[in-house]
Amino acid sequence: MDPLYREIILEHWQNPQNFGVIKDADIDVQEVNPLCGDAIRLTAKTQNGKIKKILFSGEGCAISRASASLYTEEIKGESIDVVKKKLEKDVLALLGIELTPARTKCALLIFNTVKKAIK
Amino acid sequence: MKNDFPIFKTYPELVYLDSAATSQKPQKVIDAVSDFYATYNANIHRGIYDLSQSATDLFENTRKKVADFIGAKHASEIIFTAGATEAFNFVAFGWAKKFLKKGDIIVLSEMEHHSNIIPWQQLKKEIGIEIVYLPLTKDYRLDYKNLSPNLKKKIKLVSLAHASNVLGTINPMEEIISYFKKINSDIKICIDAAQSVPHMQIDVAILDCDFFAFSSHKMLAPSGVGVLYSKKELLEEMDPFIYGSHMIDTVTKENATWAEIPDKFEPGTRNLEGVIGLGAAIDYLQEVGFEKIQKHESELVEYTLEMFKKQKNVTLFGPNNLEDRLGVFSFAVDNVHSHDVSEVLNRSHIAVRAGHHCAQVLMKCLGLTGTVRSSLYLYNTKEDIDRLQEGIEEVKKVFKI
Repeated sequence: MDPLYREIILEHWQNPQNFGVIKDADIDVQEVNPLCGDAIRLTAKTQNGKIKKILFSGEGCAISRASASLYTEEIKGESIDVVKKKLEKDVLALLGIELTPARTKCALLIFNTVKKAIK
Repeated sequence: MKNDFPIFKTYPELVYLDSAATSQKPQKVIDAVSDFYATYNANIHRGIYDLSQSATDLFENTRKKVADFIGAKHASEIIFTAGATEAFNFVAFGWAKKFLKKGDIIVLSEMEHHSNIIPWQQLKKEIGIEIVYLPLTKDYRLDYKNLSPNLKKKIKLVSLAHASNVLGTINPMEEIISYFKKINSDIKICIDAAQSVPHMQIDVAILDCDFFAFSSHKMLAPSGVGVLYSKKELLEEMDPFIYGSHMIDTVTKENATWAEIPDKFEPGTRNLEGVIGLGAAIDYLQEVGFEKIQKHESELVEYTLEMFKKQKNVTLFGPNNLEDRLGVFSFAVDNVHSHDVSEVLNRSHIAVRAGHHCAQVLMKCLGLTGTVRSSLYLYNTKEDIDRLQEGIEEVKKVFKI
């Protein structure tokens, strides 16, 4: 098995969950990884302090896309207060792989975008 | 030739395909830098003592060597900068800011490196010049003959890459220069030669350009050094861009007058050991000879183009023939992000660049966010290209393409 591009990563890369744009979103933010220029646009709808629906879009590498797919799955339906308490390591744990500092930035692009969205 | 480059002894497995970003350094250059510290180290143009004089002589002899290397008439036409990027800032803020006015046009192209875009954009914000970008043809060449007559009238400066750091295209600079000089002989021409100087014999007198900039680290020499060449009369009327010590003649509490060229443009203490290293790199390149370098590189370019032609699910962005082309190959593997390709190649010790290559304008024009770039120099071999091919096969395997 590939040490980095594990099955779960490739699966989410090929078939990302929560991929797209919500037209009548309450939240619509964009965040860029300055290292490579890749950007994620995140749209979400909230209800009663909870993330009712969340979609991401944009170009990205397998790591950033898989990470965005996994993390949006994780926080969908969750209360915003809980999401605010999430840490970088929670995202990295979802991926379950060892990353170099450069690729860690790829993995955390979604985390930083979500943080920006709910701050 | 790999034997001349210690990095390949340190890492025998290394397949270095990122010379468009920076070149590796031969032992001769490393020795020259080290020898400068051991034998010559003193500040230049300052001391009366012998050591300072030897260092000054060595530094100024290198200026003469650079002038001869690119065909400049006078050594004083060679300005040592911190790199090509700084050289463009000198031209933008030392020359263009002084002589251009609102509404004047500067012509760039869609294949420019950020270093030949951002200084002009900043100048535009300051004095209201206009920027026009020459487009590319479908086969990745410069389409420079189709500007409207209205625009042509207002052109004051044309600043173009001699060769593209992304596509490998070599622009026919002599033809381009004579085309614009025919529109108006007062149009000034600035050349970004960062990618071309390492690979070909240049003669600025034949080119008849007004400004010519390149970087030391891309031509086997240390980083932190660049060269701006310009004609004597232009340099003399140009303003300095960075102010401080050494670039002055006399200083009072209120005012200062500027030194003669080239000192006017070399404030503070320049990167002495870097300049000496550049001199050693020029010696090395001339010993090998550009004829030999070009023959070797052109064989490798042909071999690499053949390799890419056979590849399925791989797209090459750049001229697909040998003519007017450097060994710079930007490519994409279907649906796989450039960073993922680069990551997998790195496992086989293959060093390539991934991303936008400081050419975001070009990326946008090509409808891309980034590419993988493999770039060659004199130390590369066919075996390196074979390894790249194996690496690309591995990428396809990992991503099931």
